[in-house]
Amino acid sequence: MRKPIYMPFPQAVPQVVAIDPDTCIEFKSGKCKKTCVEACADRGAIDFQQEPQLEEVSVGSIVLATGFKVFDAKRTPYYGYGVYPNVYTALEIERLVNASGPTGGEMVMRDGRKPKSVGIVHCVGSRDENTNRFCSRVCCMYSLKLAHLIKEKSDAEVYEFYIDIRAPGKSMEEFYNRVAEEGTHFIRGKVADVYPAPDNNGQLVMQAEDTLLGRMRKIPVDMVVLAVGLEPKADAEDVRRMFNITCSNEGWFVERHPKLAPVNTFTDGIFLAGACQGPKDIPDTVAQAGAAAAEAMALIDAGFIELEPNTAYIVEENCSGCKTCVPLCPFTAISFLDEKKVAEINEVLCKGCGTCVAACPSGSIHQNLFEDEEIYGEIEGVLAYA
Amino acid sequence: MPETKSDDLVQLTSRGWSPTIVAFFCNWCTYLAADLAGTSRMKYAPNVRVIRVMCSGRIDPQFVLDAFAKGADGVLIGGCHPGDCHYQEGNYKTLKRVQLLKPLLKAMGIEEDRFRLEWISASEADRLKVVVDDMVQKIQALGPLSVEVPAEAFAEEVAVS
Repeated sequence: MRKPIYMPFPQAVPQVVAIDPDTCIEFKSGKCKKTCVEACADRGAIDFQQEPQLEEVSVGSIVLATGFKVFDAKRTPYYGYGVYPNVYTALEIERLVNASGPTGGEMVMRDGRKPKSVGIVHCVGSRDENTNRFCSRVCCMYSLKLAHLIKEKSDAEVYEFYIDIRAPGKSMEEFYNRVAEEGTHFIRGKVADVYPAPDNNGQLVMQAEDTLLGRMRKIPVDMVVLAVGLEPKADAEDVRRMFNITCSNEGWFVERHPKLAPVNTFTDGIFLAGACQGPKDIPDTVAQAGAAAAEAMALIDAGFIELEPNTAYIVEENCSGCKTCVPLCPFTAISFLDEKKVAEINEVLCKGCGTCVAACPSGSIHQNLFEDEEIYGEIEGVLAYA
Repeated sequence: MPETKSDDLVQLTSRGWSPTIVAFFCNWCTYLAADLAGTSRMKYAPNVRVIRVMCSGRIDPQFVLDAFAKGADGVLIGGCHPGDCHYQEGNYKTLKRVQLLKPLLKAMGIEEDRFRLEWISASEADRLKVVVDDMVQKIQALGPLSVEVPAEAFAEEVAVS
């Protein structure tokens, strides 16, 4: 049981304790002796009045690092997650092998026995027509790591069922070879079914076609680990709309250019870092986040912003003062000069969409780089060889 | 929308008459979709001539008339999905203009299938392909554009002063 005052987890940043209002007697009844306040003495770090607050902050640029959602293993019911107690997701195993986890790093099953055999299923919710078609990129490596740790902590036989092993990063292929040399069994094939062993000994049978041997394999194991993939956040669409950026079909945020502007978006001042832009591991995320921070800093540091040249302007002599254009501009760049009876465009506010240009009945609004004559010229040009 | 085989269309359009379509794509959505279709090496009918504008809101109905006058067999406008406009609401203005322009084109004897407005986002390269292929197929069936007004007079009528 967790105490009312606790450290969220050993590596928490910032490294400070918190009070759990659901178990703290002071919060629940207000009748606590408050020995914690006593112990803290004149440092006065304990404040029962603190409440969550919403703060509004004005900023010049924003880095989106909203991350990903873990694939819900229940969406692949044939693996039996939530049905058979000895089917785990990789994240649950991650907690089991963690020294600060619930078992103190002991590799045990729910009944306290150490597993004698463990099967790891790759690509759960990745590279699959029924769920997600993309590769989640991190599962191969974390599965190899788990195989290594499970062997280290339990001496179990480990079976990895994979489609392809993707170990493309620095030192990753070497690690794959090391795990293979340690005796982990690699079976190339997608697991089709997980079911209880017929002799009722608590084991689960993993059935898969070994595509290298060309025959079916049924392997009884004590424990099944599902290497769940990464998915876009459920609210990615809302975030996308809020920042006026683009999502790919799957729901990952789209960068401005894959090579030339990999952390920028189509909206100036909005940058991307991490798995919200696509599945990636920690080193890649850190590298991308560094780039995003540098881009954001560069924008702030310059002290000025560069405007696109394609702004609109009004030829005053031709303007009839009809005010058609004024309400069209979502950026309120167009104002009407009462004394001159003409409209005027503030080129700093103008984003250069050209909507007012197309609407002007007298043709007095022009757009730099997209003049009417240029577009008529283009039409003529593209039809010249019709 | 029925999926057509682009290979067949490429074959079809390589012999005999095939339509020429002038397409106005907005810089942020449909133009990027076309770019994505290109970098993904997607195959679609080669009949579309793309003119890039920053926003579909920049498209003056006169551009459409001018394209028809100068010999286009079809005009396609591509913009961002409603609510997704890079300039917040330019595509809504486009929609209004298109709704006004459609009956005018009809009155001029230009068939409905020759003029189309589509919302295609930056990631929808496959949708762009389907739209273009479908449009080419329909106009191929219609044949070359012929309007009552002789082409020369037509051009004069819609010309910018």
